[in-house]
Amino acid sequence: MTWTQPPIQDLALIGDCRSAALVDRRGDVVWLCWPRFDSDALFAALVDADRRGHWCLRPAPEDGWRVERRYLPDTNVLQTRFIREDAEVVLTDCMTVAGEDDQRRLLLPEHELLRHVECVRGEVPIEHALVLAPAFGRKKARVHAHPTLGLRCEAPAGAFLFRGEVPLSQTATPGAFAARFTLRAGESRRFSLTYSAQAPSVLTPLGATSDDAIRRTVRWWRTWAAVCIYRGPYRDAVIRSALALKLLCYAPSGAIVAAATSSLPERVGGSLNWDYRYCWIRDAAFTCRVLYDLGYADEAEAFIEWLLHITRLSQPRLQVMFDVFGNPSPRERELEGACGYRDSRPVRLGNGAVRQRQMDLHGELLDAVYAHCRRGGELDRDTEQLLADLGNYVARSWRLPDRGIWELRGPPRPYTHSRVLCWTALDRLIELHQERHIRRVKLDLPALFRARDEIRRTVLEEGYDQRTDSYVEYLGGRDPDAALLLLPWYAFEPADSPRIRGTFRRVVAELSAPHGLFFRNPTLRRMGDGGFVACGFWAAELLADGGGPLPLAHAWFEQLLHCRNDVGLMSEELDPATGDAIGNFPQAYSHVGLISVALALEARARLERGRPTPAAVAEEAAP
Amino acid sequence: MNVGSWMLWGFVATVVLTTALVATQELRLTRVNIPLLLGSVFTPERSRAKALGTLLHLVNGWIFSLLYVAAFQAWGKAGLWRGMAIGLVHASFVLVAGLPALPGIHPRMAHDSWGPTARRQLEPPGWLGLHYGPFTPVTILLAHLLFGAVLGAFYKVH
Repeated sequence: MTWTQPPIQDLALIGDCRSAALVDRRGDVVWLCWPRFDSDALFAALVDADRRGHWCLRPAPEDGWRVERRYLPDTNVLQTRFIREDAEVVLTDCMTVAGEDDQRRLLLPEHELLRHVECVRGEVPIEHALVLAPAFGRKKARVHAHPTLGLRCEAPAGAFLFRGEVPLSQTATPGAFAARFTLRAGESRRFSLTYSAQAPSVLTPLGATSDDAIRRTVRWWRTWAAVCIYRGPYRDAVIRSALALKLLCYAPSGAIVAAATSSLPERVGGSLNWDYRYCWIRDAAFTCRVLYDLGYADEAEAFIEWLLHITRLSQPRLQVMFDVFGNPSPRERELEGACGYRDSRPVRLGNGAVRQRQMDLHGELLDAVYAHCRRGGELDRDTEQLLADLGNYVARSWRLPDRGIWELRGPPRPYTHSRVLCWTALDRLIELHQERHIRRVKLDLPALFRARDEIRRTVLEEGYDQRTDSYVEYLGGRDPDAALLLLPWYAFEPADSPRIRGTFRRVVAELSAPHGLFFRNPTLRRMGDGGFVACGFWAAELLADGGGPLPLAHAWFEQLLHCRNDVGLMSEELDPATGDAIGNFPQAYSHVGLISVALALEARARLERGRPTPAAVAEEAAP
Repeated sequence: MNVGSWMLWGFVATVVLTTALVATQELRLTRVNIPLLLGSVFTPERSRAKALGTLLHLVNGWIFSLLYVAAFQAWGKAGLWRGMAIGLVHASFVLVAGLPALPGIHPRMAHDSWGPTARRQLEPPGWLGLHYGPFTPVTILLAHLLFGAVLGAFYKVH
């Protein structure tokens, strides 16, 4: 039978806060990058069915099984259950992680993907296929089979070691191995794939040791999830999103990548295929606030530290995106010969948007720093000077046209959203000074006030269309833009102001997509863009922040929860015709949006009940 | 024996050897990580093992340099080529006898014959250290030639 790429919504994420893999509903690992999120993939069948690697472990035959999936509660350990009338098989997949105590006590692999297949009922043949294809299949897999140590695949970046409780036989295809075995009720088998870059590998003895590793991983994720202070009605969805976000956070630096994949298309069969395995400054403010408001101050502080570190390298101009260590993301290139996800070509590595000018970045950064300081964070003198320099740059340069939040590759324009973020940058800088978070460097306050007020006046006059009673995409333009739903979030204007209500009405009327989502703007809609998930959450948040009645906000949010797949993950967009997930997966920004709305709904509900929010309590308790 | 010269150049040669081996790991030429291998004898914690192993490796190198110095003293003179010749013998011994014997000595290293156990999980080096990458023999040989060259070139017999 010809192997087909799974629908994007059939994917589930596993990872170890350094790297990630995607598993589909057939028990097939179709994406795996080691040792980092943005490393070359060992398994990339997701974007090239012809030649790239994957790891399949499932009951045979493939058809005739009902599949149920879930993460073990409050973990990123995936469980796939294959059910038939006379048989049931449970497949558990995870990348192992361990706490500091365990790391002191045990010699552990640098990276390990562990799979455990167990027959619960009946007698089931299991199909096992492993295709090792280092560096997106561009490097020939040099595999050495050792009778007791397992399969060792040498690649330029390190060694992959496979061990299993059932031996694999080499097939005619280089790097490909297969086996078929039968499990009876109560029997199970374990399989481990490890990676080592610069040191001898650590070999997993399987058996009880692997069971311990899974237990350790479950415990680690649950300990992390238990920190969450959100207790509202959407706890399961919020925890799942928080766990996805944590998994996409690169632990050694604190950076959060936008998604785990590259080149999952925004339109199936099209060319809007981008590499999202990098960190965007744009996501900073939202991400920082939700991490703090969920109680994850350590992650938020690490993220802010990373942001400030990378900002120092390029300030006062800011780059759009970086790799996990703050280096500019690599030059965009195409993966030669890759057929792409369902013929969506090209497959791109690196991201060309890195060289764009985007004037909203300073506002995002300063808003994130402001949130950090409001929750007890402190700034050193160098950081104060850095922020002052950024403010001065914005005051001088806010008129420059840019590519905007949607990173359009056409001519630069004075996007309204970017001007509002310039206003945000100056407003937060002034607030930081007035609240004495900036006190050791001198700000040119009159110039900052003047620029801030001028930006505001310009947006109110040129960024607003009286005829349509709404803000518009760019100064002097006429089109709506879903990004304008964010204006209240940055406190540019209250959510219940007539102008914002008018903008909301127009965006709903002209940019609505199915499932409570929105097209980003008319241009992208004409290009076949899907319903953008984050925009749906911005609308719900606008309603929750006072732009509409609370029940409507709840209803909107609950409609959006249907954009999640069966294990609670979301992509960047949904196809408006089919409702299928499209774009890179899972998308951190979509999950940040979900958490942010849940927190806003909780805040609004408490406000209406006259009680302080957990975030407000935390803020008040901060030194 | 010139103790001062041995102490100085034995140490320098060990530092050069260690640096060369780390550089070859960084260049992804080999996964042989002597500090980790030595340190993990005493602790399973990676970072601690590497730190401890680096210290042990420096001390080891110093001790091994005594053998080089003994040979120089016996010959009555040192020299670059003499140092490299001993380095060649040293590297050959490490590759052919030292590394393959490690699983029998190292308490956390798996054995080629029966695979990993709950306690022994570190990948064994195999013949010529080839389990740690195809360029391992070359990098070990070059590092030891460098070690011998430094010691031979700078050690003063008298």
